[in-house]
Amino acid sequence: MKRMSTPHSISRVASFAVLILFSLYTLGPLVWLLIASTKSNADLIGTPGFAFSDFQLWDNLVTLFTREGGIYGRWLVNTMLYAVLGAFLSTVISFMAGHAFEKFQFRGKEKLFGFVLLGALLPAAVTAMPLYLLASQLGLVNTFWGVFLPFLVSPFGVYLARIFSRAYVPNEVLEAARIDGANEIRTFRNVAVPMMLPAFVTVLLVTFNGIWNNFFLPLLMLSDPRLYPVALGIYSWNTQTVSNPEMYHLVVVGSAVTIVPVIIVFMMLQKYWKAGMGEGAVK
Amino acid sequence: MTQHVARPARRGRSKQGVTRSLQVAFFLFPFFSLFLLFTVVPVVYTAGLSLFSEQSDGGLGLGGTQTIFVGFANYLSALTSPEFMTSFLTIGAYCLIYIPLLMGLSLVLAMVLDSLVERARKYFQLSLYLPNIVPGIIASVIWLYLYTPGISPLTDAFGALGLEWSLDGQPQAIFAVMNITIWAHLGYNVVLFYSALQAVPRDVLEAGLIDGAGPTKTAVSIKLPLISGTVGLAVLFTVIGAVQLFAEPFLLRSRATSITSTWTPNMFIYNAAFERHDFGLAAAASVLFAVIIGLASYFVTRASNLNGQRS
Repeated sequence: MKRMSTPHSISRVASFAVLILFSLYTLGPLVWLLIASTKSNADLIGTPGFAFSDFQLWDNLVTLFTREGGIYGRWLVNTMLYAVLGAFLSTVISFMAGHAFEKFQFRGKEKLFGFVLLGALLPAAVTAMPLYLLASQLGLVNTFWGVFLPFLVSPFGVYLARIFSRAYVPNEVLEAARIDGANEIRTFRNVAVPMMLPAFVTVLLVTFNGIWNNFFLPLLMLSDPRLYPVALGIYSWNTQTVSNPEMYHLVVVGSAVTIVPVIIVFMMLQKYWKAGMGEGAVK
Repeated sequence: MTQHVARPARRGRSKQGVTRSLQVAFFLFPFFSLFLLFTVVPVVYTAGLSLFSEQSDGGLGLGGTQTIFVGFANYLSALTSPEFMTSFLTIGAYCLIYIPLLMGLSLVLAMVLDSLVERARKYFQLSLYLPNIVPGIIASVIWLYLYTPGISPLTDAFGALGLEWSLDGQPQAIFAVMNITIWAHLGYNVVLFYSALQAVPRDVLEAGLIDGAGPTKTAVSIKLPLISGTVGLAVLFTVIGAVQLFAEPFLLRSRATSITSTWTPNMFIYNAAFERHDFGLAAAASVLFAVIIGLASYFVTRASNLNGQRS
Protein backbone atom coordinates (compact mmCIF):
# COMPACT_ATOMS: atom_id res chain seq x y z
CA MET A 1 0.00 0.00 0.00
CA LYS A 2 2.84 2.34 0.78
CA ARG A 3 4.18 2.08 -2.76
CA MET A 4 0.96 3.55 -4.16
CA SER A 5 1.92 7.00 -2.98
CA THR A 6 5.42 7.11 -4.44
CA PRO A 7 6.01 9.80 -7.05
CA HIS A 8 6.36 7.00 -9.58
CA SER A 9 2.76 5.82 -9.26
CA ILE A 10 1.49 9.38 -9.23
CA SER A 11 3.20 10.00 -12.55
CA ARG A 12 1.77 6.72 -13.85
CA VAL A 13 -1.76 7.84 -12.97
CA ALA A 14 -1.06 11.21 -14.60
CA SER A 15 0.24 9.41 -17.71
CA PHE A 16 -2.95 7.41 -17.99
CA ALA A 17 -5.08 10.50 -17.45
CA VAL A 18 -3.30 12.39 -20.23
CA LEU A 19 -3.64 9.51 -22.68
CA ILE A 20 -7.30 8.90 -21.84
CA LEU A 21 -8.00 12.59 -22.36
CA PHE A 22 -6.39 12.60 -25.80
CA SER A 23 -8.04 9.31 -26.74
CA LEU A 24 -11.38 10.94 -26.00
CA TYR A 25 -10.36 13.76 -28.33
CA THR A 26 -9.36 11.42 -31.17
CA LEU A 27 -12.15 8.86 -30.74
CA GLY A 28 -14.97 11.21 -29.69
CA PRO A 29 -15.80 12.52 -33.18
CA LEU A 30 -15.73 8.98 -34.60
CA VAL A 31 -18.05 7.73 -31.86
CA TRP A 32 -20.31 10.71 -32.52
CA LEU A 33 -20.36 9.82 -36.22
CA LEU A 34 -21.36 6.22 -35.49
CA ILE A 35 -24.14 7.27 -33.13
CA ALA A 36 -25.33 9.98 -35.53
CA SER A 37 -25.49 7.48 -38.39
CA THR A 38 -28.24 5.58 -36.55
CA LYS A 39 -30.49 8.62 -36.30
CA SER A 40 -33.16 10.06 -38.54
CA ASN A 41 -32.60 13.50 -39.96
CA ALA A 42 -34.93 15.05 -37.37
CA ASP A 43 -33.22 13.31 -34.44
CA LEU A 44 -29.79 14.31 -35.77
CA ILE A 45 -30.69 17.92 -35.10
CA GLY A 46 -33.12 17.45 -32.21
CA THR A 47 -31.42 14.95 -29.84
CA PRO A 48 -28.19 15.03 -27.78
CA GLY A 49 -25.17 14.10 -29.91
CA PHE A 50 -23.76 11.31 -27.78
CA ALA A 51 -27.08 9.63 -26.98
CA PHE A 52 -28.93 7.11 -29.10
CA SER A 53 -32.51 7.86 -30.08
CA ASP A 54 -34.74 5.92 -32.49
CA PHE A 55 -32.48 3.36 -34.10
CA GLN A 56 -32.79 4.13 -37.82
CA LEU A 57 -29.54 2.72 -39.12
CA TRP A 58 -31.18 0.25 -41.49
CA ASP A 59 -33.51 2.89 -42.99
CA ASN A 60 -30.58 5.24 -43.37
CA LEU A 61 -28.54 2.58 -45.17
CA VAL A 62 -31.41 1.86 -47.54
CA THR A 63 -31.76 5.58 -48.32
CA LEU A 64 -27.99 5.86 -48.74
CA PHE A 65 -27.70 3.02 -51.23
CA THR A 66 -30.84 3.82 -53.24
CA ARG A 67 -30.47 7.58 -53.54
CA GLU A 68 -29.88 8.90 -57.10
CA GLY A 69 -30.04 5.41 -58.57
CA GLY A 70 -27.60 3.91 -56.10
CA ILE A 71 -24.77 6.29 -56.90
CA TYR A 72 -23.17 5.79 -53.48
CA GLY A 73 -22.42 2.16 -54.32
CA ARG A 74 -20.71 3.34 -57.50
CA TRP A 75 -18.58 5.74 -55.48
CA LEU A 76 -17.46 2.84 -53.27
CA VAL A 77 -16.57 0.75 -56.33
CA ASN A 78 -14.71 3.71 -57.87
CA THR A 79 -12.81 4.20 -54.62
CA MET A 80 -11.84 0.52 -54.62
CA LEU A 81 -10.49 0.93 -58.15
CA TYR A 82 -8.67 4.23 -57.56
CA ALA A 83 -7.32 3.50 -54.11
CA VAL A 84 -7.02 -0.30 -53.82
CA LEU A 85 -6.19 -1.34 -57.38
CA GLY A 86 -4.27 1.91 -57.89
CA ALA A 87 -2.24 1.42 -54.71
CA PHE A 88 -1.51 -2.19 -55.66
CA LEU A 89 -0.21 -1.33 -59.15
CA SER A 90 1.65 1.69 -57.81
CA THR A 91 3.36 -0.49 -55.18
CA VAL A 92 4.41 -3.07 -57.78
CA ILE A 93 5.89 -0.27 -59.89
CA SER A 94 7.63 1.26 -56.86
CA PHE A 95 9.15 -2.07 -55.83
CA MET A 96 10.49 -2.68 -59.33
CA ALA A 97 12.15 0.74 -59.33
CA GLY A 98 13.32 0.38 -55.72
CA HIS A 99 14.88 -3.00 -56.55
CA ALA A 100 16.71 -1.51 -59.55
CA PHE A 101 18.03 1.40 -57.47
CA GLU A 102 19.23 -0.86 -54.67
CA LYS A 103 20.57 -3.93 -56.50
CA PHE A 104 22.05 -2.59 -59.76
CA GLN A 105 24.85 -0.22 -60.56
CA PHE A 106 24.35 2.20 -63.40
CA ARG A 107 25.60 5.60 -64.42
CA GLY A 108 23.95 8.58 -62.71
CA LYS A 109 22.06 6.34 -60.31
CA GLU A 110 22.22 8.50 -57.20
CA LYS A 111 21.45 11.66 -59.16
CA LEU A 112 18.40 10.01 -60.64
CA PHE A 113 17.33 8.86 -57.20
CA GLY A 114 17.71 12.39 -55.84
CA PHE A 115 15.50 13.56 -58.68
CA VAL A 116 12.83 11.06 -57.60
CA LEU A 117 13.07 12.32 -54.01
CA LEU A 118 12.54 15.88 -55.24
CA GLY A 119 9.33 14.61 -56.79
CA ALA A 120 8.20 13.47 -53.35
CA LEU A 121 8.48 17.03 -52.04
CA LEU A 122 6.57 18.62 -54.90
CA PRO A 123 3.28 20.29 -53.90
CA ALA A 124 0.24 18.64 -55.47
CA ALA A 125 -1.07 21.93 -56.85
CA VAL A 126 2.02 22.32 -59.02
CA THR A 127 1.24 19.12 -60.91
CA ALA A 128 -2.56 18.94 -60.57
CA MET A 129 -3.40 22.13 -62.45
CA PRO A 130 -1.17 21.42 -65.49
CA LEU A 131 -2.29 17.78 -65.38
CA TYR A 132 -5.82 19.02 -65.85
CA LEU A 133 -4.80 21.18 -68.82
CA LEU A 134 -2.75 18.40 -70.43
CA ALA A 135 -5.52 15.89 -69.81
CA SER A 136 -8.04 18.19 -71.44
CA GLN A 137 -5.90 18.23 -74.58
CA LEU A 138 -5.69 14.42 -74.54
CA GLY A 139 -9.41 14.03 -73.86
CA LEU A 140 -8.69 12.50 -70.44
CA VAL A 141 -10.55 15.10 -68.40
CA ASN A 142 -13.61 13.68 -66.73
CA THR A 143 -12.50 10.09 -67.39
CA PHE A 144 -11.46 7.29 -65.06
CA TRP A 145 -7.93 7.28 -66.47
CA GLY A 146 -7.40 10.99 -65.88
CA VAL A 147 -7.43 10.29 -62.15
CA PHE A 148 -6.23 6.69 -62.03
CA LEU A 149 -2.99 7.03 -64.00
CA PRO A 150 -1.50 10.04 -62.13
CA PHE A 151 -2.23 8.21 -58.86
CA LEU A 152 0.16 5.42 -59.89
CA VAL A 153 3.21 7.67 -59.48
CA SER A 154 4.58 7.44 -55.94
CA PRO A 155 8.15 8.75 -55.50
CA PHE A 156 7.87 8.18 -51.76
CA GLY A 157 6.93 4.57 -52.50
CA VAL A 158 10.13 4.16 -54.52
CA TYR A 159 12.13 5.59 -51.63
CA LEU A 160 10.52 3.15 -49.15
CA ALA A 161 10.91 0.22 -51.57
CA ARG A 162 14.64 0.91 -51.89
CA ILE A 163 15.06 1.00 -48.11
CA PHE A 164 13.12 -2.27 -47.76
CA SER A 165 15.09 -3.90 -50.55
CA ARG A 166 18.30 -3.06 -48.66
CA ALA A 167 16.89 -4.33 -45.37
CA TYR A 168 15.24 -7.55 -46.51
CA VAL A 169 17.08 -8.86 -49.58
CA PRO A 170 20.73 -9.85 -49.06
CA ASN A 171 22.88 -9.44 -52.18
CA GLU A 172 24.33 -12.94 -51.71
CA VAL A 173 20.92 -14.51 -52.20
CA LEU A 174 20.43 -12.68 -55.49
CA GLU A 175 23.95 -13.61 -56.58
CA ALA A 176 23.22 -17.26 -55.84
CA ALA A 177 20.07 -17.14 -57.96
CA ARG A 178 22.01 -15.56 -60.82
CA ILE A 179 24.70 -18.22 -60.66
CA ASP A 180 21.93 -20.80 -60.88
CA GLY A 181 21.07 -19.20 -64.20
CA ALA A 182 17.93 -17.27 -63.29
CA ASN A 183 17.51 -14.05 -65.23
CA GLU A 184 16.96 -10.76 -63.42
CA ILE A 185 13.21 -10.69 -63.84
CA ARG A 186 12.78 -14.18 -62.49
CA THR A 187 15.23 -13.43 -59.66
CA PHE A 188 13.14 -10.43 -58.70
CA ARG A 189 9.83 -12.26 -58.90
CA ASN A 190 10.80 -15.55 -57.30
CA VAL A 191 13.52 -14.53 -54.87
CA ALA A 192 13.36 -10.83 -53.95
CA VAL A 193 9.58 -10.30 -53.88
CA PRO A 194 8.79 -13.19 -51.49
CA MET A 195 11.42 -11.85 -49.09
CA MET A 196 9.86 -8.39 -49.18
CA LEU A 197 6.22 -9.43 -48.86
CA PRO A 198 5.59 -7.80 -45.43
CA ALA A 199 7.29 -4.64 -46.72
CA PHE A 200 5.05 -4.80 -49.77
CA VAL A 201 1.96 -4.68 -47.54
CA THR A 202 3.47 -1.73 -45.68
CA VAL A 203 4.10 0.32 -48.82
CA LEU A 204 0.68 -0.69 -50.13
CA LEU A 205 -0.90 0.87 -47.03
CA VAL A 206 1.17 4.05 -47.32
CA THR A 207 0.25 4.43 -51.00
CA PHE A 208 -3.40 3.62 -50.33
CA ASN A 209 -3.50 6.34 -47.69
CA GLY A 210 -2.02 8.83 -50.16
CA ILE A 211 -4.62 8.14 -52.87
CA TRP A 212 -7.46 7.85 -50.38
CA ASN A 213 -6.56 11.28 -48.99
CA ASN A 214 -6.09 13.04 -52.32
CA PHE A 215 -9.04 15.34 -52.84
CA PHE A 216 -7.46 17.92 -55.15
CA LEU A 217 -6.95 15.88 -58.32
CA PRO A 218 -10.43 14.26 -58.51
CA LEU A 219 -11.95 17.67 -57.69
CA LEU A 220 -10.26 19.22 -60.72
CA MET A 221 -10.48 16.30 -63.08
CA LEU A 222 -13.99 14.94 -62.60
CA SER A 223 -17.35 16.56 -63.25
CA ASP A 224 -19.41 13.41 -63.82
CA PRO A 225 -20.64 12.22 -60.38
CA ARG A 226 -20.60 8.61 -61.61
CA LEU A 227 -16.78 8.75 -61.71
CA TYR A 228 -16.31 10.27 -58.24
CA PRO A 229 -14.37 8.57 -55.48
CA VAL A 230 -16.47 8.40 -52.33
CA ALA A 231 -14.78 11.35 -50.56
CA LEU A 232 -15.59 13.67 -53.47
CA GLY A 233 -19.12 12.30 -53.60
CA ILE A 234 -19.69 13.03 -49.94
CA TYR A 235 -18.23 16.49 -50.45
CA SER A 236 -20.71 17.10 -53.28
CA TRP A 237 -23.61 15.93 -51.12
CA ASN A 238 -22.44 18.18 -48.33
CA THR A 239 -22.58 21.23 -50.61
CA GLN A 240 -26.27 20.39 -51.14
CA THR A 241 -27.08 20.49 -47.41
CA VAL A 242 -27.35 24.28 -47.50
CA SER A 243 -30.39 24.18 -49.78
CA ASN A 244 -31.60 20.73 -48.77
CA PRO A 245 -31.23 19.92 -45.04
CA GLU A 246 -32.57 16.41 -45.76
CA MET A 247 -29.03 15.62 -46.94
CA TYR A 248 -27.47 15.96 -43.47
CA HIS A 249 -28.04 12.41 -42.33
CA LEU A 250 -27.04 11.04 -45.74
CA VAL A 251 -23.69 12.79 -45.44
CA VAL A 252 -23.26 11.39 -41.91
CA VAL A 253 -24.21 7.81 -42.83
CA GLY A 254 -22.19 7.99 -46.03
CA SER A 255 -19.10 9.12 -44.08
CA ALA A 256 -19.55 6.35 -41.53
CA VAL A 257 -19.98 3.61 -44.15
CA THR A 258 -16.88 4.92 -45.95
CA ILE A 259 -14.49 4.89 -43.03
CA VAL A 260 -15.62 1.91 -40.96
CA PRO A 261 -14.28 -0.79 -43.35
CA VAL A 262 -10.97 1.04 -43.70
CA ILE A 263 -10.65 1.35 -39.93
CA ILE A 264 -11.25 -2.41 -39.57
CA VAL A 265 -8.64 -3.25 -42.22
CA PHE A 266 -6.10 -0.92 -40.62
CA MET A 267 -6.74 -2.48 -37.21
CA MET A 268 -6.03 -5.92 -38.65
CA LEU A 269 -2.89 -4.75 -40.42
CA GLN A 270 -1.50 -2.72 -37.51
CA LYS A 271 1.99 -4.17 -37.56
CA TYR A 272 2.42 -3.29 -41.23
CA TRP A 273 1.69 0.42 -41.06
CA LYS A 274 3.79 0.73 -37.94
CA ALA A 275 6.67 -0.96 -39.72
CA GLY A 276 6.36 1.55 -42.55
CA MET A 277 6.59 4.47 -40.18
CA GLY A 278 9.55 2.94 -38.39
CA GLU A 279 11.46 2.41 -41.63
CA GLY A 280 10.58 5.82 -43.01
CA ALA A 281 11.74 7.55 -39.88
CA VAL A 282 14.62 5.74 -38.29
CA LYS A 283 16.80 5.21 -41.35
CA MET B 1 18.02 6.84 -67.81
CA THR B 2 18.55 4.94 -71.03
CA GLN B 3 22.25 4.33 -70.47
CA HIS B 4 22.79 1.60 -68.01
CA VAL B 5 26.16 -0.01 -67.59
CA ALA B 6 26.70 -3.41 -66.17
CA ARG B 7 28.16 -4.02 -62.75
CA PRO B 8 31.94 -3.68 -62.75
CA ALA B 9 32.34 -7.37 -61.90
CA ARG B 10 30.64 -8.35 -65.13
CA ARG B 11 32.32 -5.87 -67.39
CA GLY B 12 34.27 -8.39 -69.45
CA ARG B 13 31.21 -10.08 -70.89
CA SER B 14 29.71 -7.41 -73.07
CA LYS B 15 26.83 -9.39 -74.49
CA GLN B 16 25.61 -10.21 -71.03
CA GLY B 17 26.21 -6.58 -70.10
CA VAL B 18 23.77 -5.42 -72.75
CA THR B 19 21.14 -7.92 -71.61
CA ARG B 20 21.66 -6.73 -68.09
CA SER B 21 21.22 -3.09 -69.03
CA LEU B 22 17.99 -3.98 -70.76
CA GLN B 23 16.87 -5.74 -67.62
CA VAL B 24 17.64 -2.70 -65.48
CA ALA B 25 15.64 -0.61 -67.94
CA PHE B 26 12.78 -3.09 -67.61
CA PHE B 27 12.63 -2.47 -63.86
CA LEU B 28 12.83 1.29 -64.14
CA PHE B 29 10.63 1.79 -67.19
CA PRO B 30 7.15 1.62 -65.60
CA PHE B 31 7.96 4.10 -62.85
CA PHE B 32 9.91 6.55 -64.96
CA SER B 33 7.48 6.60 -67.86
CA LEU B 34 4.68 7.50 -65.44
CA PHE B 35 6.92 9.88 -63.48
CA LEU B 36 7.86 11.63 -66.72
CA LEU B 37 4.28 11.89 -67.96
CA PHE B 38 2.52 12.82 -64.74
CA THR B 39 5.18 14.70 -62.78
CA VAL B 40 8.03 16.01 -64.92
CA VAL B 41 5.97 17.07 -67.95
CA PRO B 42 3.35 18.89 -65.83
CA VAL B 43 6.09 20.75 -63.94
CA VAL B 44 7.78 21.84 -67.18
CA TYR B 45 4.39 22.71 -68.61
CA THR B 46 3.59 24.88 -65.56
CA ALA B 47 6.88 26.71 -65.94
CA GLY B 48 6.11 27.35 -69.62
CA LEU B 49 2.52 28.32 -68.96
CA SER B 50 3.60 30.89 -66.38
CA LEU B 51 5.22 32.94 -69.16
CA PHE B 52 2.08 33.18 -71.29
CA SER B 53 -1.28 34.82 -71.02
CA GLU B 54 -4.53 34.15 -72.79
CA GLN B 55 -6.33 37.10 -74.26
CA SER B 56 -9.56 37.11 -76.16
CA ASP B 57 -9.56 38.08 -79.83
CA GLY B 58 -11.83 40.84 -80.97
CA GLY B 59 -14.10 43.01 -78.91
CA LEU B 60 -17.16 40.79 -78.99
CA GLY B 61 -15.37 37.83 -77.44
CA LEU B 62 -15.82 35.91 -80.69
CA GLY B 63 -13.07 34.01 -82.38
CA GLY B 64 -11.76 32.39 -79.20
CA THR B 65 -8.61 33.30 -77.39
CA GLN B 66 -5.04 33.98 -78.30
CA THR B 67 -2.06 32.95 -76.25
CA ILE B 68 0.67 35.54 -76.06
CA PHE B 69 4.09 35.58 -74.45
CA VAL B 70 4.13 37.96 -71.53
CA GLY B 71 7.51 37.18 -69.93
CA PHE B 72 7.44 37.67 -66.18
CA ALA B 73 4.20 39.67 -66.14
CA ASN B 74 2.30 36.81 -64.47
CA TYR B 75 4.95 36.60 -61.75
CA LEU B 76 4.69 40.32 -61.23
CA SER B 77 0.92 40.21 -60.91
CA ALA B 78 1.15 37.26 -58.50
CA LEU B 79 3.76 39.01 -56.37
CA THR B 80 1.80 42.25 -56.31
CA SER B 81 -1.54 40.55 -55.70
CA PRO B 82 -2.74 41.41 -52.19
CA GLU B 83 -4.73 38.15 -52.09
CA PHE B 84 -1.64 36.05 -52.83
CA MET B 85 0.39 37.84 -50.16
CA THR B 86 -2.45 37.55 -47.64
CA SER B 87 -2.68 33.83 -48.31
CA PHE B 88 0.98 33.50 -47.33
CA LEU B 89 0.41 35.54 -44.17
CA THR B 90 -2.53 33.33 -43.25
CA ILE B 91 -0.65 30.11 -43.87
CA GLY B 92 2.36 31.55 -42.04
CA ALA B 93 0.26 32.36 -38.97
CA TYR B 94 -1.32 28.92 -39.17
CA CYS B 95 2.04 27.11 -39.42
CA LEU B 96 3.57 29.16 -36.63
CA ILE B 97 1.01 27.79 -34.19
CA TYR B 98 0.18 24.45 -35.80
CA ILE B 99 3.67 23.01 -36.22
CA PRO B 100 5.07 23.67 -32.71
CA LEU B 101 1.75 22.62 -31.18
CA LEU B 102 1.48 19.38 -33.17
CA MET B 103 5.14 18.46 -32.69
CA GLY B 104 5.11 19.36 -28.99
CA LEU B 105 1.93 17.41 -28.23
CA SER B 106 3.12 14.43 -30.25
CA LEU B 107 6.47 14.34 -28.46
CA VAL B 108 4.91 14.58 -25.02
CA LEU B 109 2.35 11.87 -25.81
CA ALA B 110 5.03 9.61 -27.32
CA MET B 111 7.17 9.97 -24.19
CA VAL B 112 4.19 9.28 -21.95
CA LEU B 113 3.32 6.24 -24.07
CA ASP B 114 6.91 5.03 -23.83
CA SER B 115 6.65 5.02 -20.03
CA LEU B 116 3.56 2.79 -19.89
CA VAL B 117 3.10 -0.97 -19.62
CA GLU B 118 3.07 -2.92 -22.87
CA ARG B 119 -0.65 -3.65 -23.19
CA ALA B 120 -1.84 -0.11 -22.57
CA ARG B 121 0.59 1.19 -25.20
CA LYS B 122 -1.00 -0.85 -27.95
CA TYR B 123 -4.49 0.36 -27.15
CA PHE B 124 -3.56 4.03 -26.91
CA GLN B 125 -1.48 3.98 -30.09
CA LEU B 126 -4.44 2.66 -32.04
CA SER B 127 -6.98 5.05 -30.57
CA LEU B 128 -4.73 8.05 -31.20
CA TYR B 129 -3.90 6.88 -34.74
CA LEU B 130 -7.44 6.15 -36.03
CA PRO B 131 -8.32 9.70 -37.21
CA ASN B 132 -5.32 9.54 -39.56
CA ILE B 133 -7.17 6.94 -41.65
CA VAL B 134 -10.09 9.31 -42.22
CA PRO B 135 -9.59 11.25 -45.48
CA GLY B 136 -9.10 15.00 -44.90
CA ILE B 137 -12.32 15.96 -46.59
CA ILE B 138 -14.40 13.53 -44.52
CA ALA B 139 -12.62 14.63 -41.34
CA SER B 140 -13.66 18.15 -42.28
CA VAL B 141 -17.25 17.08 -42.83
CA ILE B 142 -17.34 15.42 -39.39
CA TRP B 143 -15.90 18.48 -37.70
CA LEU B 144 -18.08 20.85 -39.70
CA TYR B 145 -21.07 19.10 -38.16
CA LEU B 146 -19.44 19.21 -34.75
CA TYR B 147 -19.10 22.97 -35.27
CA THR B 148 -22.76 23.33 -36.27
CA PRO B 149 -25.06 24.51 -33.48
CA GLY B 150 -28.10 22.26 -33.22
CA ILE B 151 -26.33 19.18 -34.55
CA SER B 152 -23.22 19.31 -32.41
CA PRO B 153 -22.94 18.26 -28.79
CA LEU B 154 -19.89 20.56 -28.59
CA THR B 155 -21.56 23.87 -29.30
CA ASP B 156 -24.23 23.02 -26.69
CA ALA B 157 -21.50 22.43 -24.14
CA PHE B 158 -20.01 25.79 -25.13
CA GLY B 159 -23.34 27.47 -24.48
CA ALA B 160 -23.70 25.72 -21.12
CA LEU B 161 -20.34 27.17 -20.09
CA GLY B 162 -21.63 30.62 -20.95
CA LEU B 163 -19.34 30.99 -23.95
CA GLU B 164 -20.52 32.17 -27.32
CA TRP B 165 -19.93 29.83 -30.24
CA SER B 166 -18.78 31.51 -33.42
CA LEU B 167 -16.67 30.65 -36.46
CA ASP B 168 -16.65 34.21 -37.71
CA GLY B 169 -13.40 36.06 -37.48
CA GLN B 170 -9.93 35.11 -38.64
CA PRO B 171 -8.51 33.62 -35.40
CA GLN B 172 -11.60 31.40 -34.99
CA ALA B 173 -11.26 30.20 -38.57
CA ILE B 174 -7.58 29.37 -38.11
CA PHE B 175 -8.26 27.47 -34.89
CA ALA B 176 -11.26 25.66 -36.40
CA VAL B 177 -9.06 24.43 -39.28
CA MET B 178 -6.13 23.67 -36.99
CA ASN B 179 -8.28 21.55 -34.71
CA ILE B 180 -9.17 19.34 -37.70
CA THR B 181 -5.58 18.96 -38.88
CA ILE B 182 -4.24 18.28 -35.38
CA TRP B 183 -7.01 15.74 -34.81
CA ALA B 184 -6.05 14.00 -38.04
CA HIS B 185 -2.26 14.04 -37.67
CA LEU B 186 -1.60 13.79 -33.94
CA GLY B 187 -1.68 9.99 -33.76
CA TYR B 188 0.54 9.57 -36.80
CA ASN B 189 3.30 11.64 -35.24
CA VAL B 190 2.87 10.05 -31.81
CA VAL B 191 3.33 6.58 -33.30
CA LEU B 192 6.26 7.84 -35.38
CA PHE B 193 8.06 9.30 -32.36
CA TYR B 194 7.13 6.36 -30.21
CA SER B 195 8.68 3.91 -32.71
CA ALA B 196 11.83 6.01 -32.70
CA LEU B 197 11.90 5.96 -28.88
CA GLN B 198 11.59 2.18 -28.97
CA ALA B 199 14.80 2.06 -30.98
CA VAL B 200 16.72 3.95 -28.26
CA PRO B 201 19.04 1.41 -26.60
CA ARG B 202 17.74 0.57 -23.14
CA ASP B 203 21.22 0.60 -21.55
CA VAL B 204 21.59 4.30 -22.43
CA LEU B 205 18.43 5.03 -20.45
CA GLU B 206 19.52 2.81 -17.58
CA ALA B 207 22.83 4.67 -17.42
CA GLY B 208 20.88 7.92 -17.10
CA LEU B 209 18.75 6.42 -14.36
CA ILE B 210 21.82 5.35 -12.41
CA ASP B 211 23.20 8.87 -12.74
CA GLY B 212 20.05 10.03 -10.97
CA ALA B 213 18.19 11.57 -13.90
CA GLY B 214 14.43 11.83 -13.27
CA PRO B 215 11.81 10.99 -15.90
CA THR B 216 11.56 14.58 -17.16
CA LYS B 217 15.31 15.02 -17.33
CA THR B 218 15.70 11.67 -19.11
CA ALA B 219 13.04 12.71 -21.62
CA VAL B 220 14.51 16.10 -22.44
CA SER B 221 18.24 15.52 -22.25
CA ILE B 222 18.60 11.86 -23.23
CA LYS B 223 15.60 10.70 -25.27
CA LEU B 224 14.91 13.87 -27.24
CA PRO B 225 18.43 14.28 -28.72
CA LEU B 226 18.49 10.58 -29.63
CA ILE B 227 15.36 10.86 -31.77
CA SER B 228 16.17 14.29 -33.21
CA GLY B 229 16.61 12.78 -36.68
CA THR B 230 13.05 11.46 -36.67
CA VAL B 231 11.74 14.74 -35.27
CA GLY B 232 13.54 16.67 -38.02
CA LEU B 233 12.01 14.46 -40.69
CA ALA B 234 8.56 14.79 -39.13
CA VAL B 235 8.90 18.59 -39.03
CA LEU B 236 9.90 18.56 -42.70
CA PHE B 237 6.89 16.50 -43.80
CA THR B 238 4.57 18.47 -41.53
CA VAL B 239 5.75 21.78 -43.00
CA ILE B 240 5.32 20.50 -46.55
CA GLY B 241 1.85 19.19 -45.76
CA ALA B 242 0.77 22.23 -43.74
CA VAL B 243 1.62 24.89 -46.32
CA GLN B 244 -0.46 22.99 -48.87
CA LEU B 245 -3.59 23.33 -46.73
CA PHE B 246 -6.63 23.08 -48.99
CA ALA B 247 -9.41 20.57 -48.31
CA GLU B 248 -10.21 21.63 -44.73
CA PRO B 249 -10.67 25.40 -45.29
CA PHE B 250 -12.25 24.69 -48.70
CA LEU B 251 -14.99 22.77 -46.93
CA LEU B 252 -15.32 25.04 -43.86
CA ARG B 253 -15.79 28.03 -46.14
CA SER B 254 -19.54 27.46 -46.20
CA ARG B 255 -19.72 28.18 -42.45
CA ALA B 256 -16.70 30.27 -41.53
CA THR B 257 -17.27 33.64 -43.14
CA SER B 258 -13.69 34.85 -42.80
CA ILE B 259 -12.34 32.04 -45.00
CA THR B 260 -12.09 33.65 -48.41
CA SER B 261 -11.76 31.82 -51.72
CA THR B 262 -8.04 32.71 -51.71
CA TRP B 263 -7.39 31.97 -48.02
CA THR B 264 -4.33 29.72 -48.51
CA PRO B 265 -1.80 29.67 -51.40
CA ASN B 266 -3.31 26.43 -52.74
CA MET B 267 -6.78 27.98 -52.65
CA PHE B 268 -5.40 31.03 -54.47
CA ILE B 269 -4.00 28.79 -57.23
CA TYR B 270 -7.26 26.85 -57.48
CA ASN B 271 -9.24 30.08 -57.60
CA ALA B 272 -7.00 31.66 -60.24
CA ALA B 273 -7.15 28.59 -62.48
CA PHE B 274 -10.69 27.32 -62.12
CA GLU B 275 -12.78 30.32 -61.14
CA ARG B 276 -10.97 33.15 -62.91
CA HIS B 277 -9.60 30.91 -65.67
CA ASP B 278 -6.29 32.76 -65.53
CA PHE B 279 -4.01 29.77 -66.03
CA GLY B 280 -0.93 31.93 -66.56
CA LEU B 281 -1.35 33.55 -63.15
CA ALA B 282 -2.13 30.18 -61.54
CA ALA B 283 1.02 28.70 -63.10
CA ALA B 284 3.22 31.60 -61.94
CA ALA B 285 1.75 31.31 -58.44
CA SER B 286 2.39 27.53 -58.49
CA VAL B 287 6.05 28.03 -59.45
CA LEU B 288 6.54 30.65 -56.73
CA PHE B 289 4.82 28.38 -54.24
CA ALA B 290 6.99 25.39 -55.21
CA VAL B 291 10.15 27.51 -54.85
CA ILE B 292 9.05 28.66 -51.39
CA ILE B 293 8.32 25.07 -50.34
CA GLY B 294 11.73 24.06 -51.69
CA LEU B 295 13.43 26.81 -49.67
CA ALA B 296 11.43 25.91 -46.56
CA SER B 297 12.39 22.21 -46.90
CA TYR B 298 16.03 23.19 -47.39
CA PHE B 299 16.09 25.30 -44.23
CA VAL B 300 14.22 22.73 -42.15
CA THR B 301 16.63 19.99 -43.30
CA ARG B 302 19.63 22.20 -42.60
CA ALA B 303 18.36 23.19 -39.18
CA SER B 304 17.66 19.61 -38.16
CA ASN B 305 21.06 18.47 -39.49
CA LEU B 306 22.86 21.14 -37.49
CA ASN B 307 20.81 20.16 -34.49
CA GLY B 308 21.72 16.52 -34.98
CA GLN B 309 25.43 17.29 -35.26
CA ARG B 310 25.45 19.36 -32.12
CA SER B 311 24.06 16.61 -29.94
